[in-house]
Amino acid sequence: MATRVDVTPAAADMMRQLRGQHGPLMFHQSGGCCDGSSPMCYLEGEFRTGQSDVLLESLKIDGVDEPITFWMSGSQFELWKHTHLTVDVVPGRGSGFSLEAPEGVRFLIRSRLLTEQELIELS
Amino acid sequence: MTVYSPPGSDGAIVNYESRYDHFIGGEYVPPAKGQYFANPSPVTGQDFCEVARGTAEDVEKALDAAHGAADAWGRTSTAERANILNKIADRMEQNLEKLAVAECWENGKPVRETLAADIPLAIDHFRYFAGAIRAQEGTAGEIDDDTVAYHFHEPLGVVAQIIPWNFPILMAVWKLAPALAAGNAVVLKPAEQTPASIHYWLSLVADLLPPGVLNIVNGFGVEAGKPLASSNRVAKVAFTGETTTGRLIMQYASENLIPVTLELGGKSPNIFFDDVSRLDDDFYDKSLEGFSMFALNQGEVCTCPSRALIQQGIYSDFLAAGVKRVENLKQGNPLDTDTQVGAQASNDQLEKILSYFDIGRQEGAKVLTGGARADLGGSLSGGYYVQPTIFEGNNAMRIFQEEIFGPVVSVTSFADYADAIKIANDTLYGLGAGVWTRDINTAYRAGRAIKAGRVWTNSYHLYPAHAAFGGYKQSGIGRENHKMMLDHYQQTKNLLVSYSPKAMGFF
Repeated sequence: MATRVDVTPAAADMMRQLRGQHGPLMFHQSGGCCDGSSPMCYLEGEFRTGQSDVLLESLKIDGVDEPITFWMSGSQFELWKHTHLTVDVVPGRGSGFSLEAPEGVRFLIRSRLLTEQELIELS
Repeated sequence: MTVYSPPGSDGAIVNYESRYDHFIGGEYVPPAKGQYFANPSPVTGQDFCEVARGTAEDVEKALDAAHGAADAWGRTSTAERANILNKIADRMEQNLEKLAVAECWENGKPVRETLAADIPLAIDHFRYFAGAIRAQEGTAGEIDDDTVAYHFHEPLGVVAQIIPWNFPILMAVWKLAPALAAGNAVVLKPAEQTPASIHYWLSLVADLLPPGVLNIVNGFGVEAGKPLASSNRVAKVAFTGETTTGRLIMQYASENLIPVTLELGGKSPNIFFDDVSRLDDDFYDKSLEGFSMFALNQGEVCTCPSRALIQQGIYSDFLAAGVKRVENLKQGNPLDTDTQVGAQASNDQLEKILSYFDIGRQEGAKVLTGGARADLGGSLSGGYYVQPTIFEGNNAMRIFQEEIFGPVVSVTSFADYADAIKIANDTLYGLGAGVWTRDINTAYRAGRAIKAGRVWTNSYHLYPAHAAFGGYKQSGIGRENHKMMLDHYQQTKNLLVSYSPKAMGFF
């Protein structure tokens, strides 16, 4: 079955670490300037999602009991929905209130076009 | 041509301390948990100082100091506050070159920009708000013969300010100058990517402000920014950044019922109508410079003109001239006054830009120039350099809809005026825009039709203190600059006074 969001092994490692340090996690994909277009990682429930948000994926990470939700605002999703997202992690300083920044790394989104077959499966 | 020596090296005109603590209550205070983080220069990628890694305990201490100072500061005369702001500006002017080099080393931007824009604009900002607060008056409304409504401006008290990394000193000053002028005490958190230059600035001016009026807590967003933004001891939060954090800050503010101002970025269209090419004159040259403005500050500007819309009649020729102009930009050592394009501010920013090159190509956009990381060799090899890049595509592509925050422009064509406005407004954001035409009627109509807070007309990237700056749509809430900004840092006190000795007659 096609997915909208995957994670790299390095990103999964960081999620396991953050889950152990802080508790259950969620992501909300940002837009706009500075650190916009970066996925923000919070404690589950820290960021209140609402009617304007879309749940793209509930990520299953080995070693993490509960799924990690990945959200985006609906208006942004309209512009991103033809692309598949992979959460990666790179050395960096981060910003915003994302949990990984103090670890000296930053989650990063890599994108590719969804195939026609994937789009059919996801529709 | 001048090439400045890197801070910390022989011949440097400015040096950083090896460590910066928090500035609380008029003195430097080590972080409660004793932790520090390394601060690299984007010019080389090498660490040059370490900075306090603040936590909630440090934020509380800063709030204590701010609350201790706020009442007395709020009661000082406007003349006294204006004098202090003017003195700050004077000190900055006396040290302009040092500030400019310090900011270049911190952020990676070319020193020609900090010398000519960042620091002079910051100096002028203090002077503007020194003048604005002196000239501000309340009102007296004559309700009837016996009743008068007086309106006074009062400071909010203690305000929180979270600063971005793209113009570390100038963006701090955009927030500080009106807040201090209006009589507020401030707790300010610099960006963790650029935490040091504000401390060099502070070393020049700290003695001018009463202790506790300005407090600076460094650290990461989640560890220091969050306790500040969610505190029930601040009367307002001002933030520049992106949409998810902006929403989170609004959520915290809703718990405390306090106002926010948010500046969250854009995807600004820069529109070139056919008539710009009617003559090969100064104006045509200026419009090509306007096209190239996406590379200013390496594109790390919330109003970066990152979408160029060129009318079909001139599309090929104008774009070819634009590509040539951009290919002639001089990228190099940011400390060289001839350098026009410097380094991106951080490694993760560099990585993000490269990820957009990838999806842009996958979506079928054509790279007309650039499109890769730049290796400048020698000690600059470790720095975060990206080639100025021009993509050609259409407005549905993600590179046309997302703020890349790099020296990257996405170009498309339009048929006529209506088409231009439709494409320009087909975005989630509305911060800036540019309109280029020799026809004043087209310029006026386009400027009014574009849903953005700032429409540069036959110009771009000017930031005078007395022009309001802020966003429509998802670009944010509120404005910065202009005397209207004082309102964002003031309460309105209404004294409704009866001068009649007679009972009202109700009871």
